[in-house]
Amino acid sequence: MSDAAVEGRSPGQLALRRFRKNRRAMLSFWLVLAVGCSTPLVPLISPHDYRTQTLEQSKQSPSEKYWMGTDTNGRDLMVRSFYGGQISFAVGLLATAVSLFIGVGYGAVSGFLGGKVDGLMMRFVDVLYGLPNMFLVIIIMSLLGRSFLIVFMVLGCFSWMTMSRIVRGQVLSLKEKEFVEAARGLGVTTPAIIARHMLPNIVGPVIVYATLTVPSVMLQEAFLSFLGLGISEPQTSWGLLISDGAGALNPIRIYWWLVVFPGSLLAITLFCLNAVGDGLRDAFDVQQR
Amino acid sequence: MALFLIKRLVGGILTLYVIATLCFLIIYFTPGSPLTGERNMPPEVLRNLERAYNLDKPLHVQYLLRMKGYLTGDFGLSIRYQKPVAELIFPAFPKSLELGCIAFFFAMVVGVPLGILAAARQNRIPDYISSSVALFGICLPNFLLGPLLAMVFALWLHWLPVAGWPEDFSLEELLKVILPAITLAGVHIAYISRLTRAGMLDVLHKDFIRTARSKGLDERSVFLKHALKNGVTPVLSYAGPMAAYIITGSVVVEKVFNVPGLGQHFVDSALARDQAVFMGAILIYSSLVIVFNLLVDIGYSLLDPRVRLA
Repeated sequence: MSDAAVEGRSPGQLALRRFRKNRRAMLSFWLVLAVGCSTPLVPLISPHDYRTQTLEQSKQSPSEKYWMGTDTNGRDLMVRSFYGGQISFAVGLLATAVSLFIGVGYGAVSGFLGGKVDGLMMRFVDVLYGLPNMFLVIIIMSLLGRSFLIVFMVLGCFSWMTMSRIVRGQVLSLKEKEFVEAARGLGVTTPAIIARHMLPNIVGPVIVYATLTVPSVMLQEAFLSFLGLGISEPQTSWGLLISDGAGALNPIRIYWWLVVFPGSLLAITLFCLNAVGDGLRDAFDVQQR
Repeated sequence: MALFLIKRLVGGILTLYVIATLCFLIIYFTPGSPLTGERNMPPEVLRNLERAYNLDKPLHVQYLLRMKGYLTGDFGLSIRYQKPVAELIFPAFPKSLELGCIAFFFAMVVGVPLGILAAARQNRIPDYISSSVALFGICLPNFLLGPLLAMVFALWLHWLPVAGWPEDFSLEELLKVILPAITLAGVHIAYISRLTRAGMLDVLHKDFIRTARSKGLDERSVFLKHALKNGVTPVLSYAGPMAAYIITGSVVVEKVFNVPGLGQHFVDSALARDQAVFMGAILIYSSLVIVFNLLVDIGYSLLDPRVRLA
């Protein structure tokens, strides 16, 4: 330990080290990476296509030919589950990017300007917080129509508020820190202060919260698609697949694979992403507001 | 207290008014109309229909007519069913309310004791049980939990009915409540038990608990009399958001278990752009959230006398 301590380590490196020691988080990280990477691979390798309907093969139970069975329209469920995963992941990542963009920008501006503008900007966030946001999303989705682009844009536009609060809080406290003042006293320009002294200190909490935004957005997408308000056919997503499976529930025969396979992929992904987010939070030691 | 209630009531009505106006404007300015949806119809028919639903009038007249309608208890006409909205919504609403209240009750009654138990037996078996429940809560959202429970307990084991909502109070009918209520409460049981656990552990390290223990009180009364009241305040602050989550969740659960509630009308009207039904449902949901938040605030002041209602 004493040898290592001689070498200087940045807070980021230290956090990464702490994260690597967290076995649950590391395991989750590799698992979700595996699921994420296999979503484009499986449809590529598989002999089946996500759209080809063979009605006489409808609702086949898992077999050697169809590893996860087939759906109501006789499409291979495995290819559809992984193809749907692509969409779910894409929505999750893109919506998070949107929320990152808005949240960081809004929070940084608000914190940097301070004073009355800050008060006003944060009041607006409070108001948005107060509204039941899933309802707003449903209203807007039902009016704008249902396409991939609209799904992730709308979800992104309704999940930046916490991010902006976190960034604002950080900027506000960093502004008053001695090292920023020292830099200013030495004549460092404002952009340079932001780039060199503020950004590195904000990155930690932003990464942590962005990681936690991904599963929450994926969950919302699945929720919308389940209700028929999100992704629509012939595209698919985990929410839509589970909805198909739930629709096929009947007292005569249990088509368990329709729910269980896409459902477990979703469950594993949600669990792992949350575990990774929690791990990162512990590693960066972020106080959540 | 009376002043507080009046203030909140006025605030609530204002909020409803703003929501109604916003909804109205969003719907008005969205391109396309519910009438021009699927089939092509002759322009004369379309014009007649537009007149019947006041869609031909200018914005401010439509707006005033709609708002006047709400003031007099007239929710307008459903375009899809050609029936007054009130006739659709009011029979459905009590079922959703029942479902929501049962789920809420369930989440509290299971979640809080689970959390207390976990705090009392920290890092022992009850604690592990409670954290596994919380784990399932995170990765099994209600739209997944519902079909899974239905498959296992209704279709496979045949213990419980798979769908519907009780028509009367016979045991057979009442059994229909169990699966939807558990599905809706699932995530919240997990959350509440974690919140209670954290709250209790936090309180148990306070000085007044040490005092209570040192004056010789038994563990039971320390827990239930002294710690519990302070330990569950975080749960109460979760109760407000939880009501909103339960309302959104009920939309899904009603779909999975075929409960003929408000959620069905909400989703169907959203998909079919049946504006009057859609707005009616949103207004009812919003009033529920407002009323519930008021109840939570009153609950707060009862639990913690330092909180003054103002």
